[in-house]
This record gives sequence, structure tokens and C-alpha cells, in this order.
Amino acid sequence: MLELRFHGRGGQGTVVATILMAKAFFRAGFEVQSFPFFGVERRGAPVEAYVRLDKGKILLRTNVTAPDHVVVQDRTLLQSIDVTKGLKQRGWILMNSPSPPEEAARFSSFRVAFVNANRIALGQGLGTRTHPIVNTAMIGAFARLLEMPPLEAVAEAIREEIPAHADANIRAAEEAYRTVCL
Amino acid sequence: MRRVIEGSHAVAEAVRLARVQVTSAYPITPQTHIVEILSEYCEKGALKARFLRMESEHSCLAALIGAQLMGVRTFTATSSQGLAYMHELLHWAAGARLPIVMAEVNRALAPGWNIWTDQTDSLSQRDTGWIQLYCEDGQEVLDSTLLAFRLAETVNLPVMVVLDAFYLSHTYEPVDIPTEEEADRFLPPYAPRFRMDTAEPCSFGALVPPGDYMEMRHDMALAMEDALMQLVEIEGEFTRIFGRRHGPIEAIDCNDAEIILVTSGTITSTARLVVRTLRERGEKIGLLKIRLFRPFPAAILRETIGRAKKVAVIDRNCSFGAGGIFAQELRAALCNLDPRPLIYGYIAGLGGRDVTPEVIEEIYRRTQSTDRPEAEGVWIGLREAL
Repeated sequence: MLELRFHGRGGQGTVVATILMAKAFFRAGFEVQSFPFFGVERRGAPVEAYVRLDKGKILLRTNVTAPDHVVVQDRTLLQSIDVTKGLKQRGWILMNSPSPPEEAARFSSFRVAFVNANRIALGQGLGTRTHPIVNTAMIGAFARLLEMPPLEAVAEAIREEIPAHADANIRAAEEAYRTVCL
Repeated sequence: MRRVIEGSHAVAEAVRLARVQVTSAYPITPQTHIVEILSEYCEKGALKARFLRMESEHSCLAALIGAQLMGVRTFTATSSQGLAYMHELLHWAAGARLPIVMAEVNRALAPGWNIWTDQTDSLSQRDTGWIQLYCEDGQEVLDSTLLAFRLAETVNLPVMVVLDAFYLSHTYEPVDIPTEEEADRFLPPYAPRFRMDTAEPCSFGALVPPGDYMEMRHDMALAMEDALMQLVEIEGEFTRIFGRRHGPIEAIDCNDAEIILVTSGTITSTARLVVRTLRERGEKIGLLKIRLFRPFPAAILRETIGRAKKVAVIDRNCSFGAGGIFAQELRAALCNLDPRPLIYGYIAGLGGRDVTPEVIEEIYRRTQSTDRPEAEGVWIGLREAL
């Protein structure tokens, strides 16, 4: 079983990112589970959400405390949250960042990747300059890290979950897949 | 077709497939997604129902009582304080023998204000005359909701389909959604024997003197008892159409088990993993899931777990002064057996606290290492001091 944890802020589509990820992995033949850590969310407040995937039925119904990989949709979270909490050794930390994150030194027991999801989202007209919607770029980049789920599965999941802006979101996912720095 | 949907969405899909005609709504977290989806369905015409936005939960149920009396199929959903606010009308709906179906998303009662899962809200309504089904995963949520209409309309009692907040209501997972044709084969249109009809006037909810009241209550008790066999029979038909069966209870590795864990809701799913792991290590552990809480399937439980040495009940609820509620019910069901297992009651996971495999294994070890239960209800995982 693989467990993923997504960190973001209320309004960035963090929960939707995990739903898309679950749907994409399901289309790729996995059993899946995704759920948010539900608190008293407001716009801008830290949000966590999770994905589990496995070959067989997933029985575990608890919070994810020891993820295999983490996705950080907003770099400023690093000031207030330990995104590596419980993260398995050699796990990926995928950051939304225009350049190699300064914090990378702190993450030496993990693998760090970064993608300029803000720029990609704005380029596709997703969100506003102050509030880019980065979730589809982040899952596109993540699909590159594990070489799964396939981009076609990501695109189908986007079409199912966000039909209104599917094309722009699919383009964002594809661009992030191509440009993520490992 | 299998699709990745949320637990709340699984409820809404079943309500759509049941062709509910009137639904009433008042928002309360964590139930809100259910009625949000239903309102969308009503707007788009996927569900041809009257969607009533009410000013309170009390009114939500009052509206359904009126609608159901007119001879239509009805549904609502609530949680926690909302269910508590409905309390008076829960009795009324059952006493009037109205087969209303409600989804109840378990949420802790306040204060302290808490939106997370805890079964005390639904269990504290156990004497209202509602059938109660507790669900383990998204598939069981959909299946139980669809089945609830058929069961309710067979015995003329309302049914509460109960699901854990967040661990189930907000969790996306693959769920097999039946086609409308399949659902129609399973659930025929609602055709009550009595309804409000000006062509054939009759009186509902009138004064009933001592000479008749007891017989009416006895009828209700018989209907509730009958619900167990009806569930088994209806589920037989459900299995023929959909290929799935959940049962009033489910016993896993109970035949030769020395210690049997008893669970309900999503804790069951996690406990399956624990039992699988411990069995591989040669431990004689079993698991019993209780899905049907009202009527309480006492005879089946005696048959299934009466020969174990010890039974450890995990309650995500508390009746203050008496411990966990499933444990109490089980003690009462087994007390006339001789010999009978020792019943260990554990209280865990209140207010959404996580019940992990480690917590479940701790409960097992504690039961294994003590000759007698330490207390009526042993609280697990308490922080030392607040």
C-alpha cells in the first residue's frame, strides 16, 4: 500500500487534488481511498488530505500518519508545519516552488522535487495572481515522480471531477509533468 | 459500474435509485454533502422529488411525517444535535408506523463542540422504534440505504442508516453503483395500505385509550422483531440482483476464536486487518461486526459468539454511568447462557479520535492478559492529564 499526504491552504484545491489523484489511480487499476483531515477550514488556513492506493481492497480506515510521499502546495507552510512528520525515508517531497527550495538541506533523508505550479496555473488562467489554483499542476508533477498514474488517467479524472475547466487543468497537469525538477 | 465516490455521495445515489418523492433538508456538518448532492439531483431532474428546505431538523422530520402519510416515499439526513432536536418526532414517525428512511452521520454531541465521529448521537435514540443499520464502507452505505426503503416499507417502521463522520461520510473510494433497472427490480414503487386520501377518509394519530394503546405498541414490537427475518429475506433478493450480502452481523474467524472483538462502523474495517495479522501469528482471535443494532440480533449473537472465552467490545460511544452501549446490549443478550463468555467493554475513538490497528491490538492484549474485566467500560488511549 502507498500512502500520500497533501499539504495546502484552504482555497487551493488541496482536497480536490487528492480526489483527482484517487480517481486517476483507480482508472490505472488501483483500489483507492482519499479523505481530508477535516478541521474548521477557512480560506488560507493549513489543510491536509490523504490518498491511499493498493492492489487489493483497502481496509485501513484511520488517518495517514506515516506517508510514503508528501505534496506541498504552498511553500509558506514550511514556516508553520513539519511537512516531513512521519514521512518514510527516501520518500518524495514535491514542492510548489519556482527554484530549488532553500529548505532542501533539512530534507536530506528524503527526495525533493519542485515544480513552478503557480506560474503554470496562471499561464492556464486557473485562479488569480494572488490565489492561483495549483492542484492540477501538482498532481501532474506527482505523476512524473512515480511514473504513475499515467497522464491519460489524470486527464480522465480531471474531466470527471472538474468538467467546467477540464482543458485548462489538463494542460496544467501536462506542463507540470514535463517541467517538474527531480 | 464502480466509481470513486464519497460516502455521502453513496447515500445520495441510493436515494436517487430509490426514486424518493419528498426529501427535507437542514444543513449540519458532516451530513451536509448528502443533501447538497440531493438538491443538485432535484435541480437537474435526476431525482424527481420535492426538495424541502426547512428551518430546523425538527421541522425536517415533521414535513416527512406529513408527506409519508400522503403515501409517498421520503428521505432526510442529519447528525448529532440535529438528530437530538428531532427526538420527539423520531418517536412519532415510528409510532405512526411510517417507513421513513434517514441517513445519520455519526457526530459527537456538544459541548465540547466537535464535528467528528462518535456514535452516542444515534445510539441515544435506540428506544424510539427506528431500525438502525451501522455501515462499514461506502458500498455498504449505498446498499444499506437502498435496502432500508424495502425493509422499512415491509415492516412499516422507519430506518436509520448510520455512517461514521469523515472516515466514511467524506472518504472517496470505489463503490459499485447499480443501474436504475436493477434498482427498480429490487425496490418496487411505494404502495402503502393506508394513506391520507379524501376519497377514503380515515383518522391518523388520534387519541388511543389504555384499552388499545398496548396492542398498538405490541404490534410495533412484533414488527421490530420481524425486521430481522425480513432483513435476511430481503437481502437474499438483494444478493440475487446485485451479488452482495452484508448480513445483520458478520462473523470473521469466530469458530475457534478464544477472544472475539466486537465492532461496528468503520472500526470493523481496520479490525479486519488486525485480525488477519494476528491470525497469521497463530493467535486465536475472531471478529464480530454488528450491522443491525435495532432490532438487536440477540439470538444470532448467542449462536455465533456464545462459545468464546472472552468477548471484547469496542464502543465509540458512551452511556454515562453504564459504559459502552454495544457492550451493555451484548451483556444482556448473553447473560442467560451457561457457560457464557466474559464481556470486556472498551471505550475508544470518541469525538473522532483515531482508532488505529495499535489501539485495537492494545484492546486485544489487555483482554488476553486479564482474568476478569477491569471495569464496565475501560477507556482506551486517554491522555494523562489535560
